[in-house]
Amino acid sequence: MADLGSTAGRALVCSDVTKDYAGIVVLRGVSFDVPAGGVVGLIGENGAGKSTLCNIIAGTVPPSSGTMTLDGETYVPSNPHDALTQGVALIHQEIRMVPSLTVAENIFLGRLPMKGGRVDRRRMNDEAGDVLRGLGIGLDPRRQVVGLSMASQQSIEIAKAISRRPRYVIFDEPSASLTQHETDRVLEQIGRMRSTGVGVIYISHRLDEVQAVCTKIVCLRDGNLVRSWDGDPAVAGGVARVPSGELVSAMVGRDFTFEHHAPAAHTEDVVLQVQGLGRKGAFADVNFTVSRGEILGIAGLVGAGRTEVVRTIAGADRADTGTITLHGAPLTVRRPADAIRAGIVMVPEDRKGQGLNLGLTSAENVVGPWEADMARTAPLITRRMVGRTAAKARQDFDIRGRMDGPVVRLSGGNQQKVLLAKWLVKEPQVLILDEPTRGVDVGAKMAIYEIIRSAAARGVAVIVVSSELEEVLGLSHRVLVMSNGRQRGILPRAQADARTVMELAVPVGSRV
Amino acid sequence: MSTPDLRKSDSTTSSPVPAPSPVDAPARTRAGTLVLGRLRALGGPLAGLILLVILLSVLSPYFLRAQNLSNIISQVSDIGIMAAGATLVILVGGIDLSVAAVLALTMMFSAWLFANVHLPWGLSMILGLAMGALIGLINGILTTYGRVQAFVATLATMSAASGFTLFITDGNTINGFPSWFDKFFNLKPGGIPLVGILLVVVYLVIGFWLKYRPGGRALYAIGGNEEVARLSGLPVKWSKTRVYMIAGALAAVAGWIDIAQLDSAAPTAGTGYLLNVIAVVVIGGASLAGGVGTMGGTFIGLLIIGVLNNGLSLLHVNSNLQPVVVGIVILAAVLSDRGGIRARGA
Repeated sequence: MADLGSTAGRALVCSDVTKDYAGIVVLRGVSFDVPAGGVVGLIGENGAGKSTLCNIIAGTVPPSSGTMTLDGETYVPSNPHDALTQGVALIHQEIRMVPSLTVAENIFLGRLPMKGGRVDRRRMNDEAGDVLRGLGIGLDPRRQVVGLSMASQQSIEIAKAISRRPRYVIFDEPSASLTQHETDRVLEQIGRMRSTGVGVIYISHRLDEVQAVCTKIVCLRDGNLVRSWDGDPAVAGGVARVPSGELVSAMVGRDFTFEHHAPAAHTEDVVLQVQGLGRKGAFADVNFTVSRGEILGIAGLVGAGRTEVVRTIAGADRADTGTITLHGAPLTVRRPADAIRAGIVMVPEDRKGQGLNLGLTSAENVVGPWEADMARTAPLITRRMVGRTAAKARQDFDIRGRMDGPVVRLSGGNQQKVLLAKWLVKEPQVLILDEPTRGVDVGAKMAIYEIIRSAAARGVAVIVVSSELEEVLGLSHRVLVMSNGRQRGILPRAQADARTVMELAVPVGSRV
Repeated sequence: MSTPDLRKSDSTTSSPVPAPSPVDAPARTRAGTLVLGRLRALGGPLAGLILLVILLSVLSPYFLRAQNLSNIISQVSDIGIMAAGATLVILVGGIDLSVAAVLALTMMFSAWLFANVHLPWGLSMILGLAMGALIGLINGILTTYGRVQAFVATLATMSAASGFTLFITDGNTINGFPSWFDKFFNLKPGGIPLVGILLVVVYLVIGFWLKYRPGGRALYAIGGNEEVARLSGLPVKWSKTRVYMIAGALAAVAGWIDIAQLDSAAPTAGTGYLLNVIAVVVIGGASLAGGVGTMGGTFIGLLIIGVLNNGLSLLHVNSNLQPVVVGIVILAAVLSDRGGIRARGA
């Protein structure tokens, strides 16, 4: 590995970096610096702006305003490749390998060393071997990537970045898919990089990791840099003594803007009971009940297993263990059709990939799941029948736009209302909503909250998964908190405040 | 994507109904808008067909004669019936390469049952139909439950079916079918060939299914986005399997027509049909990506191919050049379709 020589005074500096998308500000005047040989931990809730900031530094998106300097020189990366050339590498959360190629080929992808018009395999393998050894990775560079563990592949990603001899490296949640042991290895590799004078930005939801490896912590909230803690830049874990509670407060301590009117009281008449539900590699031992008219919120960080749990209940994935009981009777859910027939419907988080059929009209999307039912009473599904249902949905859900036009022409908020209408035109027993207000504007958001509350008021049992804490807290009677695929607790509304929820959601200390 | 302009106009319009929409359109214009709407949906291909007919009627005095038009229909009926099945397969985002090989196999299988096993011809025909559906079932199971790509699965069954076809009669042709059979299929009630009527009936029945019945309508949802369809509780795997079975059975029906028209069953039947079938569907506006396509579109595609081949013969264009013209028409159809009109029955 390259010894970058003296680290004195060298740093990656961001000054007043701002980013807005069509008027929506996602980063507001963020200034901080990454000293050479230092590790800066970047923490914050989902959507706080961490990824945007990294994408700006790595050249994926340009800032709306603000400047950056790299070791004293102006730094304006035009794209990720340009950033890499200038010495800034981003290691993505998701691993991007070509499994059929060898480890060395993946490391040198796009810039294979050539000799006489052919790939110089010996040099490629030697150099890859050097990089891997330097990081303490015992992988044969000539081996195919296929079949390697996630951790090994993550290590190759790191080696790939290091082989370009960057001066600064950004890790975007490298541990999201790794076990404790595998994470320790990544942290060790970061330590080695640091010792050669590389500056590191480390993003993680796991505060214990951040405390262990970082020399400085920066906290973002709603696009603002709210607080930073400086440790000894020479010592890894220089910020270890910052209490976790202090970090959590900084992450969530906003003024709540959510309208905090308590939801209508619900009955104790249990509709859905989930016992010991588990799916290998996703989550285990989930237990809860939802009553008529109750809204149960599910909170947790990205990757905590929330979506996986509700997908399993809705039949999108199959459970490996556990039982689902509806109105006291056991229910076998093998596929979505089973759940829908029983009255369990789900509004999925990915509206465009899983919720709506973008090639069809809004009307067709709304009636889609119910056509077989409709055909039982009237043999032919006419344009008129579809139109009638659609017109009612449009009125009930205040959908602004044509129902007989392509659903893609509607705004995000109206698309979401079409999706809600699709699952509410026939009253369900259990309504599951996964990120129900993702990508919609404030007006539509309020309308969607009202739709959810009124469904509950009519007696529907509702489950809401959301990464927006205030949304979960504002809507729910009770909040189930998940972390690392485990249920960490169910908080009644009175006890469910942001801090308590986050403390349960953030994996602190040893992992389960 | 959200269109800011659209949203703005919606939110500032005080009227609860921003634009007249057919959903709540009054009855007075319904018939008119329906016809117009349907024509517009067929768009480019229909305009192309009309242009072609006008051009040929000017260029050749024979073109518009009843006998010639009747010939065109008879000539395309077998391809047309296969294209009906292929439209469904393409609609769900699949492809059936085995269709022409299945035609040959079912023909030879029926003929063999009749000539060697001495079953009545009517029963042999039905068993041939069953054989077609069975191969469709295999295609369907391979592509859905087996998760083999449709291209690969049907390539395999195509190869297997071709082999069996030759194996059954050792490559020999079978003749001597009952006279009622070719008489029946060569009937021309009111001057219209019976096979043409059969063709239209097949298109109407399937078109009706696609438009008004949940099973048919679901194909658009499945082809558009299979995961959305699955999460909506639609029977995705069964729907896809059924569509391959229909395609296989229709190939057998096309085989009946071929036997009747030639009065013999030859294992080489159907050679060159596959590409014509796919061409017809594509010219008709269906997308190989799935979710887009109508029976009306395919029918127009079929007429374009039929009229084109007939016209080129009337004009004494070298028959070897005819596929070149077909290639150009395919490109023209696809490129004009990209211009904006998405053929799609609502």
